[in-house]
Amino acid sequence: MRLEDKLYLDGYKIDEIGGSHLVIKDMSVCLDCELQQCLYVCPCGVYDFDAKRGEIEVNYDACLECGTCRIACQYNNIEWRYPRGGFGVSYKFG
Amino acid sequence: MSNLKYDVIVVGAGPAGLAAATVLAKAGVKVIVIERGRFAGSKNVMGGVFYSDCMKGIIDDFPGKAPVERHIIDQRIWLLDNNSFVGFNHKNELFNKKPYNCHTVFRAKFDNWFAKQAADAGALIITRTLAKEAIIENNRIVGITTGRPDGDIKADCVIIADGVNSLLAKSLGFRKEIKRESVALAVKEVIGLDEKIINDRFNVKSGEGVTIEVTGSFFNGEAMAFIYTNKKSISLGVGMVVEDLVKNKINPNDLLESFKAHPSVAPLINGGETKEYLAHLIPEGGYKEMPKLIGNGVMVVGDAAMMVDAIHREGSNLAVTSGKLAAETYIEAAKAGDFSKKSLSLYEEKLKESFVMKDLKKYKGVPALLQHNKRLLQQYPKILNNAAFEILNVNGVSKHDKEKLLWKNMKQQIGVSNLIRDLFKLWRNVG
Ligand SMILES: Cc1cc2nc3c(=O)[nH]c(=O)nc-3n(C[C@H](O)[C@H](O)[C@H](O)COP(=O)(O)OP(=O)(O)OC[C@H]3O[C@@H](n4cnc5c(N)ncnc54)[C@H](O)[C@@H]3O)c2cc1C
Ligand code: SF4
Ligand code: SF4
Repeated sequence: MRLEDKLYLDGYKIDEIGGSHLVIKDMSVCLDCELQQCLYVCPCGVYDFDAKRGEIEVNYDACLECGTCRIACQYNNIEWRYPRGGFGVSYKFG
Repeated sequence: MSNLKYDVIVVGAGPAGLAAATVLAKAGVKVIVIERGRFAGSKNVMGGVFYSDCMKGIIDDFPGKAPVERHIIDQRIWLLDNNSFVGFNHKNELFNKKPYNCHTVFRAKFDNWFAKQAADAGALIITRTLAKEAIIENNRIVGITTGRPDGDIKADCVIIADGVNSLLAKSLGFRKEIKRESVALAVKEVIGLDEKIINDRFNVKSGEGVTIEVTGSFFNGEAMAFIYTNKKSISLGVGMVVEDLVKNKINPNDLLESFKAHPSVAPLINGGETKEYLAHLIPEGGYKEMPKLIGNGVMVVGDAAMMVDAIHREGSNLAVTSGKLAAETYIEAAKAGDFSKKSLSLYEEKLKESFVMKDLKKYKGVPALLQHNKRLLQQYPKILNNAAFEILNVNGVSKHDKEKLLWKNMKQQIGVSNLIRDLFKLWRNVG
């Protein structure tokens, strides 16, 4: 089963006004980052390398708010917050 | 909400916060619970096996009408290799006697129910609200700011129950960022299946449940997986320490898919339909990585305080118990009207006397043992699986020769002195 199809099953309320709760602090740090582990440790594929723009893209609307990317980044380069109250994932089962 | 003064603010409506709120409300304390999710439980994930005993003194006649799935009568452990597993199994009719030892639960449903019990007892539960920062006056925590307009709330005491990421404990300087070795990411699926099919596949009757804990060489000794039965679904997941995910360049969803495809696992979920995909951290650093638990006007409970006994998959019961003890501490402190750190140190004392601290202390060496002795869960499961196959596979070689060969392999792969050392370490840390 593809990841996109799994994420489709989850209930989200996206914060269009508040915007992303995940912000990369300094993109130049990412470009020098040896492993770029945020690209693979995230269970939802939130971080994606955009080759055209030469930047990491943050698809925050797929985030399950686990916190792994924040802890995994050795440069502490992710400004990590929770979405505003009531936004983000809402599990049916849990 | 503004300008309102409460006796206690609880941040987070998980089992720790809700246990605290229920005990406080029942004692007539004015308590407010702040939860960021749309409803209590909407952000929460566990395997999940919930142990009943911790609810004593909090909810009478638990489980009563609580939304539980199956009571567990059969617990299995698998040491998984690529094509096989060696298993250990304990099924006991005593687990079919009420009150049941434990049940599988869905946290979105369970926490929502628990929040209703707290509300019925008199607690105010405010959802869709993010607690931001502690309000500090005269070196004392006197309240919380929230994401709402005019959202400052004041109280005598704040109970921090905001879970594993505990941004609050971090911002108060109670701990630094969690270490990568001290936390595991778990991903899970809820897979819908017909009730009768589950009963047949797991050899139980309706209402009865099975848990399977899985580790071993299939995961290179670096992951723990689980398969739990619900009424009409299977909860299946796999967890790995973040340090190992990073180092081995593992994608958690790929790991989950490889587990689902294992020849011992696939038949159990065959024909099932995935209903939900979930991800959550588990604090596994244990006793040595616990943060500060108290300050002036504040106590930290549950996952926020790293209270998980990972080898026994116990967390929610430690959360509930710590929440209850924090509530009891507040009630004592209120008699003297003293919520200073010194007065709240009663919470630490109560924890020390309870199974929570005793167990966390007893297994304090386990996280490091498993992190630095990968051999334990890499090589031994493989050797066991090979041994089982060799002994059971009849191919004309005498049993005597087979045993000799197995022992020779063991000596080559591990070495006798390592074997003795490993057994000693295991006995010291786990026994
Ligand atoms: C995959 C998995 C399997 C597990 N299996 C088991 C098991 O089988 N048995 C077991 O006993 N334990 C298990 N655990 C552990 C168990 O889930 C935890 O120990 C338990 O949930 C801890 O409860 P808690 O109340 O401390 O934290 P949580 O349940 O995490 O609750 C914290 C609450 O705080 C809220 N919150 C966080 N920050 C804020 C904020 N700033 N403002 C407002 N609200 C906030 C969250 O939304 C959440 O509702 C498992 C954990 C995982 C991840
Ligand atoms: S791990 Fe951190 S520094 Fe490296 S690419 Fe990701 S965000 Fe950037
Ligand atoms: S918090 Fe978890 S799900 Fe969200 S981006 Fe980070 S790793 Fe991915």
